[in-house]
Amino acid sequence: MAENTKWVVSGAPHIHGSESITKIMWGVVIALIPTFLVSVYFFGLRALALTLVTVASCLLFEFLINRFLFKRPCCLGDGSAMITGLLLAFNLPSNLPFWMAIVGSLIAIGVAKWAYGGLGTNPFNPALVGRVFLLISFPVAMTTWPVPKPLFGGNAVADAITGPTPLALAKEGLKAGQTPDQILGGLPGYGDMLLGNMGGSLGEISAIAILLGGIYMLCRRIITWHIPVAFLGTAFIFGGILWLAAPDQFMDPVFHLLSGGMMLGAVFMATDMVTSPMTKTGKLIFGAGCGLLTILIRNFGAYPEGVSFAILIMNAFVPLINRGTTPKRFANAK
Amino acid sequence: MKTFNIGGVHPNDSKLNADAPMQELPIPKQVCVMVSQHLGAPSQPIVKKGDKVKVGTVLTSNEAFLSAVVHSPVSGTVNKIADIPDASLYPKPAIFIDVEGDEWEESIDRSPEIKREISLSGPEIIQKIKEMGIVGMGGACFPTHVKLMPPKDAKAEFLLLNGVECEPYLTCDYRLMLDHAEEILIGASALMKALDVKQAIVGIEANKPKAIAHMTETAKNFPGISVQALKMKYPQGAEKQLIKALTGRAVPSGKLPINVGCVVDNVATCYAVYQAVQKNMPLIQRMVTVTGPSIPEPTNFLARLGTPVSAFLEAVGGIPGDSGKVISGGPMMGKALSSTETCSVKGMSGILVLPEKQAHRQTVYPCIRCGKCVDACPMGLEPYLIAATAMAKDFEKTEKARVMDCIECGCCQFSCPSFRPLLDSVKLGKATVGKIIRARNAKN
Amino acid sequence: MNETVIYSVVLLAALGLVLALILYFVAQKFKVEEDPRIDLVAEALPGANCGACGKAGCRDMAVQIVNDPAYTGCPVCNEENIAKIAEILGRVPEKKEPSIVVLKCKGGKINSEAKVKFEGLQSCSYANSLMTSEGGCPFGCLGFGDCTKACSFDALHINPETGLPEADPEKCTSCGACTQACPRGLLEIRKKREDTGRVYVGCMNKQKGVYSTKVCKVSCIGCGKCAKVCPQNAITLANNLAYVDDNLCIACQKCVEACPTKAMTIMPLDKKLPSAPKPAPAPKEASEAAPAAETTKTEATA
Repeated sequence: MAENTKWVVSGAPHIHGSESITKIMWGVVIALIPTFLVSVYFFGLRALALTLVTVASCLLFEFLINRFLFKRPCCLGDGSAMITGLLLAFNLPSNLPFWMAIVGSLIAIGVAKWAYGGLGTNPFNPALVGRVFLLISFPVAMTTWPVPKPLFGGNAVADAITGPTPLALAKEGLKAGQTPDQILGGLPGYGDMLLGNMGGSLGEISAIAILLGGIYMLCRRIITWHIPVAFLGTAFIFGGILWLAAPDQFMDPVFHLLSGGMMLGAVFMATDMVTSPMTKTGKLIFGAGCGLLTILIRNFGAYPEGVSFAILIMNAFVPLINRGTTPKRFANAK
Repeated sequence: MKTFNIGGVHPNDSKLNADAPMQELPIPKQVCVMVSQHLGAPSQPIVKKGDKVKVGTVLTSNEAFLSAVVHSPVSGTVNKIADIPDASLYPKPAIFIDVEGDEWEESIDRSPEIKREISLSGPEIIQKIKEMGIVGMGGACFPTHVKLMPPKDAKAEFLLLNGVECEPYLTCDYRLMLDHAEEILIGASALMKALDVKQAIVGIEANKPKAIAHMTETAKNFPGISVQALKMKYPQGAEKQLIKALTGRAVPSGKLPINVGCVVDNVATCYAVYQAVQKNMPLIQRMVTVTGPSIPEPTNFLARLGTPVSAFLEAVGGIPGDSGKVISGGPMMGKALSSTETCSVKGMSGILVLPEKQAHRQTVYPCIRCGKCVDACPMGLEPYLIAATAMAKDFEKTEKARVMDCIECGCCQFSCPSFRPLLDSVKLGKATVGKIIRARNAKN
Repeated sequence: MNETVIYSVVLLAALGLVLALILYFVAQKFKVEEDPRIDLVAEALPGANCGACGKAGCRDMAVQIVNDPAYTGCPVCNEENIAKIAEILGRVPEKKEPSIVVLKCKGGKINSEAKVKFEGLQSCSYANSLMTSEGGCPFGCLGFGDCTKACSFDALHINPETGLPEADPEKCTSCGACTQACPRGLLEIRKKREDTGRVYVGCMNKQKGVYSTKVCKVSCIGCGKCAKVCPQNAITLANNLAYVDDNLCIACQKCVEACPTKAMTIMPLDKKLPSAPKPAPAPKEASEAAPAAETTKTEATA
C-alpha cells in the first residue's frame, strides 16, 4: 500500500452488480434507435430535426433548472432528460412547430419532473405529461399528421400533405355510421401498419421497430415482460370481447394493437421505472389497467387515442398499487 | 438442480486459484488470541501473565450455556492480557502468547490416520464439542453445541451441511471438501449421532464440480448422507435459503431452523467436529483464504488462530501496491478492516484485498423506483421502503416492513443501479428497531 | 342567458346560506371550552416542537404550563420567552441559568489524523457499528453529523476545518436533542458561563494513555493533574478520564493550564486569552499559545 493512501472502510457488500442508472438510460436510448430510424425513413429529415429540438430543449431545461433554481451542479450525465426528450418527440407529429415542441419540453422537464423533485420522485411520466399538455393546448397541430412518404423515392411535396391517423379515421367512420369493414378498406393494411407505413406520431408508427427495442430492453433486463404483456394482452382481450359482442360497432383487437400509440406506450412509456410499480404483481395490475383504460377511451371516449391518458391515470394509482402488492415474503412464498 | 425460490443475485464468482494446494502458514513469533470469539456470553481468561501454555491448553472459561471456550493455538508463555484493536479498531481483550516451540497437549491425537469408528455416545459428543470450543465456522461463530441441543418441543429431522460457499472469492470450504472429504463426513456422522437424525444432505453449488464429484463418491460409504448439487445463486449459503433449497421447507419469520426440523452446519465446522470428537483436538486452527484480484497467488492457508492478518498478507507477498481495502470474509458480507494489526479468529474464513479501483463506493443517484432491490431480496422484503422509512426515522413503518427478517445478505445494494447505500440504511433501521423491540419487551 | 345567471347566483347563495347555518350549529354544539391563555402561551413558546420537554409539541406544553402552576417549564425557552409567559400567567418569571451544548471531543481532522476513509451512509450511528473513527479513536467524534441533523434550531454545524460539530451560542437552546442523537454520548449540556468561559474535559476516551495518545493528540490520559490543582474539588477521575462537575466548577481555569495533553477545554476560546494580540481560531493553536498568558489570566479570572 502506498504511504499516503488511506484504506477505505465501508459496509458490506463490497462489490456491485453491473447495473447502473447510466447504463439503463443509454440502454433505453439504444432500444429507441430502430423506432427513430423508421420515423426518419417515413417522415424525413423533419422528424430528425424535431427530435433534436426536443432532446436539446429537455437537456437545456434540465440544466437551467438545476443550475439556477436548485443551484447545484447539474446531472445531465444520468441521461434521463435525454430519454424524456426522445420519448416526447416520439409522441409528436413530425410537422409540429418547433416552438410547440419546446413548450412541451418545458412542461415535461419543468412541471412533470422537477416540480415534483426531479429524477425518481415524479409520479407522472414527464414525456406523456408534455404530450398531453400539447394535445390539450394545441389540438389541431397535435392531430394533424403528415402522410408518411419514404425518405428515398419520395417527392419533395410530401411534407406538405397531411392526413388523419387510422385511429382518427376509424373514430370518424364509426361516428358516421360506417362498419368496421368499410373503414378498414380505406386504411393501410395490417402489414403496412406493422412496418409503420401509416400516419401518426414520430415513434408510434412501426410496431416491428418498437418490439425490436422492447426485446433488446428485455434481454438487457432494463424492463420486465410484465407491463407490456399485461398492457397489450388486456387491450387485445378486452378489445376482442367488444368486437365479438358487436362486430359492426367496434374495431377488431388487432387493429387496436397496431394503431396509434399502443405499442410505443406499452413498451416504452408504461415501463418507465419511476412511474410504474415495483413488484411483479403490481406491474401486471398496472399493465392491465393501462390496457383496459386505453380500449375504454378509444371506444367510448371523445378522443380517438387513449394510451397517454390511460398511462397517466394508472401512474396516479402506482403508490396505491405499490402499497397493495407487497412481494411474497420468504416464508409465505410457494 | 435445486435452489431457493425468491430473489438472489449472481455475482461473478471470482474463485481465484482455487485448485492450488492448501499451505500451512508458519507459526508467528507471537499470537494474540481474542478472549471472546463467539456469539453469546463473553468468556473470561483463566491464565495469567507468565503462565506456560501448550497447544490445546484451555485459556478461557465460561459457565454460560451460549458460549464457547478458547484454547491456546501455540505453545509458549503468556506475555500479557491486554486490549488489542479488533477488526474495526475497537479495543477487545486478548491473550498475547510468545511462541516457544510447538508442544502439544498429550491428550491430542496427532496421528495422520483417519479414525472412522465413532465410539462416543450422543451426549458425550455434544459435551466434547463444547469442551473443544467448536463454533460455527461460516462466520457467525454460533456455538455448535447449542445447535445440537434443540428445545424439547422440536425434533431435528435433517442435518444440512453447508458446502455452498456462495461468497465470491472464498475457496477455503472448497479446498477442505477436496482434501478432507472423509473427515468432514465422519464429523457429520458424529453430528447425526448427537442429534439422532437419520438423514444428512450436503449442499454444494454447481460452480464446484470437482467437490461435488469427490464428496458424492466419498458419501457412498456413509449411510444417510447424500450430496445435492445446487444452482449457483447468492445467498444460497444463508441458513434459511439453504434449508429452502435442500428440503423445500421455509423457516417462518422469527423462527429457528430447528422449528422446521433442520440443523445447518458448515463443512468446516464438521471438519472441526471430526477433529474434536475423534482426535480430541480443540479448535486451534482453521483454513483461511487469502485472495484478491491483485494478489499474485491467492492461497488457502491452514493457520493457527491468533495469527496477525499482516502475517497472512506477508505470506502471499505483502499487500499489493494498488490496494484500497482489506476485507475479513467475502465481498458480499465481509467486514472492511481498519488495520492489519488484528488477529485471525474462529470465524475468519478469508482475507480479501481489493484494489483501490474496486474499493470505493460509487456516486449515489436518486432512487428511480426500478424495483430491482425488491426482485433481488431473498427474503421477499422491500429494501427501498425499509431504507426510506429508516432514513426518515419512521421506525414504526420500518418494523412493519419486516426489517427484522433481513438477513443482511447485501443483494439489494448489489443490484441497485443508483448505487444507493441500501444495506447501510437497512442495517441502521434494523439496529434501531431491534433496540425498540427489546425496550418494548422489557417493559411488558 | 339572464335566467341562467340569476338561477346560478340564487342557487349558490342559498347553498352557501344553508351550509353556513349547518356549520354554525355544529360549531355551537361541539364547542370545546378552553382557557384562552393556552393559545397565548403556546405562541410565546419557541414553537420548534423539538420535544425536549417530553411533550408532543409546544401546544401540549402550553396546556401543562397553564394548568400546573408548579410546572417548571420549557427547557429550551430563553429569558424573553419565560418573561412573556410569566406576564401572560401573572407569575414571577423564574431565573434560568443559560446553558449550551458542548462536544467532549477535540479530535477531528486536526488532532486525530485520519487513518482510514469511511464511505457509505453518512450516519454516525451506522459508522459506529463499522469502525472506530477515521482517526482510530473508539470513543471520539465520528463527524457525520447525526447531532446536526437532530437539531431543530439550526444551531449545530460541522466545522469543515476540524470535522467536528460546533454549537452556535446564539441559537443553541440546550434542548438536548443532539445529546440523544450522538451514538457515543459525546455531547453534554453545560452552563453557558458567557463571562468566564465554560471548562470541561474535551475527551471521552476511556482507554489508558498509551492507547489513547496513539490515536489523538489531545486525549485525556487520566493523569489527575487537573484534579490536584482544582480548588473546588470539582474534578473526578474514572476510567482513565477526568470529569468536571459543572455545579462545583468556578471556571478558574487552573486545570486548563495543568492539563499536559490540552484535553481540558475552555470555551469560548477567547476567554482564555484576554491579553493575546489576536484570538486563535483553531483549538490546536489556542492550546499551544496558552502557557504564554498563564499568570496574568489566572489572576484575572480567579
